[in-house]
Amino acid sequence: MTNAVLIDVQAPVRKKKEKVYITTIKRLLKNKLAVVGIIIILLQIGMAIFAPAIANYDPAKQSLVESELPMFSDGHWLGTDNYGRDVWSRIVHGARISLLVGFTAVSLGLIGGITLGLLGGYYKKLDGIIMRIVDLLFSFPGILLAMLIIAILGTSLVNVAIAISIWSIPSCARIVRGSVLSIKEKEYIMALKSLGASDLRIMLRHILPNAMAPIIVFATMRMGTAILSTASLSYLGLGAQPPTPEWGAMIAQGQDYMWTSPHLTIVPGIVIMLVVFAFNVVGDGLRDALDPNMDIQ
Amino acid sequence: MIALIVRRAIQLVFLLLGISFLVFSSMFIAPGDPATMVGGPTATESDLVAIRDNLGLNDPFLVQYGRYLGNAVQGDFGYSYQSKQSVSEAIAVRFPNTLKLAIASMIVAIIIGIIAGLISALKHNSWLDVTSTTVALAGISIPNFWLGAILILVFSVNLQWLPVAGLSDPFYTWEGIKQLILPAITLGTGSAAMIARMTRSSILEVVKADYVRTARAKGVKEKNVIWIHTLKNAMIPVITVIGLNFGALLGGTIITEKVFAINGVGRLMIDAIAMRDFPMVQASVLLVATLFVVVNLIVDIVYTMIDPRINYS
Repeated sequence: MTNAVLIDVQAPVRKKKEKVYITTIKRLLKNKLAVVGIIIILLQIGMAIFAPAIANYDPAKQSLVESELPMFSDGHWLGTDNYGRDVWSRIVHGARISLLVGFTAVSLGLIGGITLGLLGGYYKKLDGIIMRIVDLLFSFPGILLAMLIIAILGTSLVNVAIAISIWSIPSCARIVRGSVLSIKEKEYIMALKSLGASDLRIMLRHILPNAMAPIIVFATMRMGTAILSTASLSYLGLGAQPPTPEWGAMIAQGQDYMWTSPHLTIVPGIVIMLVVFAFNVVGDGLRDALDPNMDIQ
Repeated sequence: MIALIVRRAIQLVFLLLGISFLVFSSMFIAPGDPATMVGGPTATESDLVAIRDNLGLNDPFLVQYGRYLGNAVQGDFGYSYQSKQSVSEAIAVRFPNTLKLAIASMIVAIIIGIIAGLISALKHNSWLDVTSTTVALAGISIPNFWLGAILILVFSVNLQWLPVAGLSDPFYTWEGIKQLILPAITLGTGSAAMIARMTRSSILEVVKADYVRTARAKGVKEKNVIWIHTLKNAMIPVITVIGLNFGALLGGTIITEKVFAINGVGRLMIDAIAMRDFPMVQASVLLVATLFVVVNLIVDIVYTMIDPRINYS
């Protein structure tokens, strides 16, 4: 009986939600900067998926007779590095690594953050403890927490993903908790409680879907931060290890040859900036598009 | 106000205890035996037993934590596993460079950020606004280690105006200032971009407020509307962003110190992590995190002082 009532309650909500998605996409596509961002992200995803087909060479293949070739050289349009490795091929394969590490880190961070945020916002008894843990994690500035975690786990890309995910948990938890606190006071939640719906069902099927807007914006922005942090940690030698074609590590290696081959530093830097810029503008655009107070022109 | 400061100070003590607990626990979670790291690969089993006794590694965890905390309060963070040097001394030598860099970057960030945000908001929807907003977004997206490398390439290698690396001269000398310029711009750009975005959105919000409309309606000069009624109120959230960014800058010094080969706490930390030199990692993380929470506390207090509407109780 309870289930039947709940299914009936769900039907109009779902129909309305589809409309919300379409409106959001329409609003997003009206934002020119966000469209540029979407194109860059799609290009990166394309590069990551079709890396072996797009790249002309094996990213780790060395050819000392072709070392430090300048840009637009025959067969190497972005030149080669000090080991004669094709820079374009390394950039293409780097797209795969940055996307994979970024996606893993953000997904794990979301799982942790959403769980803590939901529990803290829904159960008053747990709120105090969870928020103190969040405060504690917040007391480490930016990359420092990630570095402490890498100090414990050791240097590798997997550990970088774990470190960035843990670093993302407190921000995500705070955002989710804030939404949950306001949503759980709504009448339809009271109605569900009086119908006997379980806490888990209320949290996952009724509160979480309504708290998704800020989470989507956070996740998009966080992808940019995660990609930038992965590159930073690899630049410091705490992430990807040679010969992995990671963008930050490529800059670190290129810096030693900045006098003779500046493109080894410049090219990966521009790529990182474009990708992070893309996630930031799409995140900004999503925030505006998901804001119901904005006018649809 | 005094009650707020006392309450926040008590909270700070508990937060610092939490931080120190987390940082100290890191050594226990990490794989590897500290005695082997201290003794080196040539240490015999009896050497290792002696080291463990000497460092008190056989004691229960909480006893060791209590001892660490007691020593830390007195400024004793033990000895480096690698160099055998006193950790406090190693940090004391490098800390002024880190602080110098963080403060210089903050000054750069505040000047550029507020001016850019102000122009952007006052010339809303003009080409100046679009340019400034786009540059600010790019500023957030630039990897600062890359920006540092490019600045070195342009200003140090090609133009030869500024030194490539180092921060050894005192900051009040011309050489010292020249050494600070590139690292400060490198580190300050991201924060400048955030401050610019916050200044812009905050001014745009305040401009719409009723009291600004009232000021205009009663004939207050436009200059006074902007400088007295708008900016004063718009600066409140900007101060929070500045405070929070100072903490982020402290973290950011780690990367900038590496780019410009500055002998600071950040570089010490990176080397310590790579060598798994835990006493050094613990002390440097503890120092930066403590500074971060103290700065945040000061920001909170300043916040309530400049905006009496905020009441944390």
